[in-house]
Amino acid sequence: MRALDLSGISEADIRACKEIATEAGVDLKDCYQCGKCTAGCPLAEGMDLMPREVIRFLQLGALDVVLDAKTPWICAQCAVCSSRCPQNVDICSTMRAVRIAAKRAGKRPVPEADIFDDEFIANVRAHGVSNEQYLAAMYNLKSGHFTQDMGNATRMLKRRMVGVAIHNTKGRAEVAALIDRALGADEGGE
Amino acid sequence: MMKYANFPGCSAETTGKSFTVSTKYVSERIGFELVDIPDWNCCGTSAASLTSPELAIALPARSLAIAERELPGLDVVAACAGCFRSLKTSLAFARESDENLEHVRELIDMPYNAEANVVSLLEAFVSDDVRSSIAEHVTRELRCLKVACYYGCAMVRPAEVCDFDDVEDPRSMDELMELIGAEPVDWAFKTECCGAAQQMAIPKQARPMIERIFENAAANGADCIVTSCPLCMLNLDMREAEINRARIAEGKKPFDIPCYYFTELIGLSFGAEPAEVGIDIHFHPAEMLLLRRELDALEAQEADLAAQAEERRKKAEIAARIAQKKAEKAKKAAESEKEAKR
Ligand code: SF4
Ligand code: SF4
Repeated sequence: MRALDLSGISEADIRACKEIATEAGVDLKDCYQCGKCTAGCPLAEGMDLMPREVIRFLQLGALDVVLDAKTPWICAQCAVCSSRCPQNVDICSTMRAVRIAAKRAGKRPVPEADIFDDEFIANVRAHGVSNEQYLAAMYNLKSGHFTQDMGNATRMLKRRMVGVAIHNTKGRAEVAALIDRALGADEGGE
Repeated sequence: MMKYANFPGCSAETTGKSFTVSTKYVSERIGFELVDIPDWNCCGTSAASLTSPELAIALPARSLAIAERELPGLDVVAACAGCFRSLKTSLAFARESDENLEHVRELIDMPYNAEANVVSLLEAFVSDDVRSSIAEHVTRELRCLKVACYYGCAMVRPAEVCDFDDVEDPRSMDELMELIGAEPVDWAFKTECCGAAQQMAIPKQARPMIERIFENAAANGADCIVTSCPLCMLNLDMREAEINRARIAEGKKPFDIPCYYFTELIGLSFGAEPAEVGIDIHFHPAEMLLLRRELDALEAQEADLAAQAEERRKKAEIAARIAQKKAEKAKKAAESEKEAKR
């Protein structure tokens, strides 16, 4: 774990870290830094902060370190960490809460992950369901990964897995309204 | 229970086609009834929960509320593990308190009482009714097929929400496979994550997750991986070729591990042709292994019969010798009796 100058941490930072934890239903004091969460994390090798460190920096109130971390955006939400934590710290939900807080602060350390989720929701908003081929195309376009899975797209076409009639939810206007309501409620709840 | 409200999920007609086809094949034969929830919508999966907690509650709740209205009294089944977890998370929230339930009603702007339970297709299939019905329909045991049962994460975690099987070492799919004669192997990656959507969003970091799953299955002697989720299936089956290309470039041995849905294998054990249950449209060639193991099974059966015949022959031989000895003994006893009388 890197050295950190704690003198730069403000009261507001400490409060914001606590709020993230509350949002995740976590009491930061519960974590005794055993590292079991990190040991089982299947994506740890691709992360800049280990899951254990995310909790540690939140404990310290190091808001910027946490909000700038790639880790919550690399996390696949598999919940191995939460499931194995001897102290019942819900690290998986914490990753989610950090990510949402970072986005609100205008940060997105792993743009691809953010684009993917935004495109996913936009897709559902338009069709009521997620049309995988559109999602892949839009994602590749916006993330600049133009050729990703192109070979696989051809293989899917051959198997008639894509290109079939697009299922749309009839009540998709209803779904769009629901999405707007939920996102509105979320902002209102801040 | 043999009748459910079905939440098909967005992959049902596309990348998860084989799951849908094989589920239908098996369901029709065992009298397991699935009624689609009319006008269902996407469950939102992790994209919703990573965007807003409210959205993660609201998207599944709409479909659950429609099911409650249109298909009253039926529990909801979701084949996809991701859908299952999203639906059940939303349900758990609504059931937590009256206040929560009221909040969900407001979000979806519909009447809703969170009455129906949500189960995965796997969970529905391991009920006693379905299991005994499956056992009755097996015409061809999948002997010699060594399967690594892969549950993935969303089927079991978080345990408080999923409330299904052991979180580290689930057994239900293994038991289903034993029921149809296949041979489940012990392995360490039953509930390891496949990477889910991250395989698309951050492929560089996520690919090793898949490679490790194949590695562990191979190291434990599995012929194939059996899945219960269309996204796990896609990530494993479709990306095996890419992983193999990289392995060959590194001088490593490529994998040859087909993946199947548990429903496909159940269908085969009912006598289905591979194409009838969607096995013909897999990415990694999946038919050769089945043919090989069918031959192995027939040979094993022949060997069993030969061994049984040999055992019968040996028993008869020994019995004959026993009879002979007994006869000799009786004869001698009779002779010595005669001798004594004289
Ligand atoms: S497993 Fe739990 S207690 Fe241990 S470091 Fe991780 S969060 Fe802290
Ligand atoms: S939920 Fe995220 S942080 Fe936790 S083990 Fe899975 S990938 Fe790692």
